[in-house]
Amino acid sequence: MNSGHDLGGMMGFGPIENDSSDPNFHANWEQRVFALTLAVGATGSWSIDTSRHARESLPPHHYLSSSYYRIWLDGLEKLMLNAELVNEQEVAAGKQLIPAKPVKNILTADNVMPAMMAGSPYDRVHQAEQQFAVGDTVTAKNMHPQTHTRIPRYVRGKTGVVDKIHGCHVFPDSNAQGLGEDPQWLYRVKFTASDIWGEEHSSKDMLFVDLWEPYLV
Amino acid sequence: MAHDHSHDHDHAEGSELSDIDLRVRALESLLVEKGYVDPEALDVLIDTYETKIGPRNGAAVVAKAWADPKYKQWLLDDASAAIHSLGFTGRQGEHMIVVENTEQTHNLVVCTLCSCYPWPVLGLPPTWYKSPAYRSRAVIEPRKVLGEFGLELPESVAVHVHDSTAETRYLVLPMRPKGTDNLSEEQLAALVNRNAMIGTEQATPIGGA
Repeated sequence: MNSGHDLGGMMGFGPIENDSSDPNFHANWEQRVFALTLAVGATGSWSIDTSRHARESLPPHHYLSSSYYRIWLDGLEKLMLNAELVNEQEVAAGKQLIPAKPVKNILTADNVMPAMMAGSPYDRVHQAEQQFAVGDTVTAKNMHPQTHTRIPRYVRGKTGVVDKIHGCHVFPDSNAQGLGEDPQWLYRVKFTASDIWGEEHSSKDMLFVDLWEPYLV
Repeated sequence: MAHDHSHDHDHAEGSELSDIDLRVRALESLLVEKGYVDPEALDVLIDTYETKIGPRNGAAVVAKAWADPKYKQWLLDDASAAIHSLGFTGRQGEHMIVVENTEQTHNLVVCTLCSCYPWPVLGLPPTWYKSPAYRSRAVIEPRKVLGEFGLELPESVAVHVHDSTAETRYLVLPMRPKGTDNLSEEQLAALVNRNAMIGTEQATPIGGA
């Protein structure tokens, strides 16, 4: 969806505050939100694509004026409500009012390191032959789905060249909606900066964007 | 807008922070009560990413590539296998790509859509990496962004910006600083700063800060 998260090329955010002493977390609650998001995520109640959509579908004015972990907190609450792990009365009260819903897994302290070290690969056995080869000229579709997508607005309608084939990966547009993984070929596509941003930009500088086959023609 | 790192923000939202603190505590106790979350696991998660997994892992990868041409080639051909072979595996690093800086090309990594970052080799992303300023500007004016990090590149060097839109995660292999021929892998690793592996800086020169 076209929302406040799709920031590539936006202007007006000011200089980058690069403070090398900046800590990972700025308050205790940020640590807890980080850990809660990972721990509840480990229950297997939603995919990473669904969780991204929960954050990016926050109203744009809210997304752009919230701190990073505030967005995570709002996203986590939304995910848990949608998955019916909790209800709104429970969130308001901070107390259990209805029975817990059975979940696939509970992350225990002993299992944190093994689970984090294992990760969850997103490559899958391909369902069809790839449509494009390295060196092919491709155009990113002019598409504006209302639902989750990973094609940034700034490349839509732009033409580039297939630079690398990553393999066949879970397709976020489908997976985020709970419609299945629908694996699709994933390509790294090379765009010339001046083709994306206009002729006053460099024709030597390049942008590389990972795009799934359904985004390309 | 510079919400998660601005100092004025901390003052302006001082009352909100304590409200948030209460809200998060209430949520945690609810989730523990419902049995979805083991509170000890939360502590271990925080400790893992605060103290165990961080940019020293990536520095070890880079130093090994500088010291061992075969490893470097493996890293460029199949970064996932080469990095996983050192034990740096898992969440947010399942599918690794390494891009090499040369005299002709400088690479820069961003995630314009969220905050994708190679956790097993770099740990959690710095605040600036997650900020709207970086996410919006890195793709449209990378040279100005690099300038703000003190890196002025000549026009002869092409800038390659990598937007992490998929589950592939990018690590920059910085150029090896001059005069380091006799250094051990461990000494080399000390020259590999985090920002050099994102692409906003170069590796630290000998005797540099």
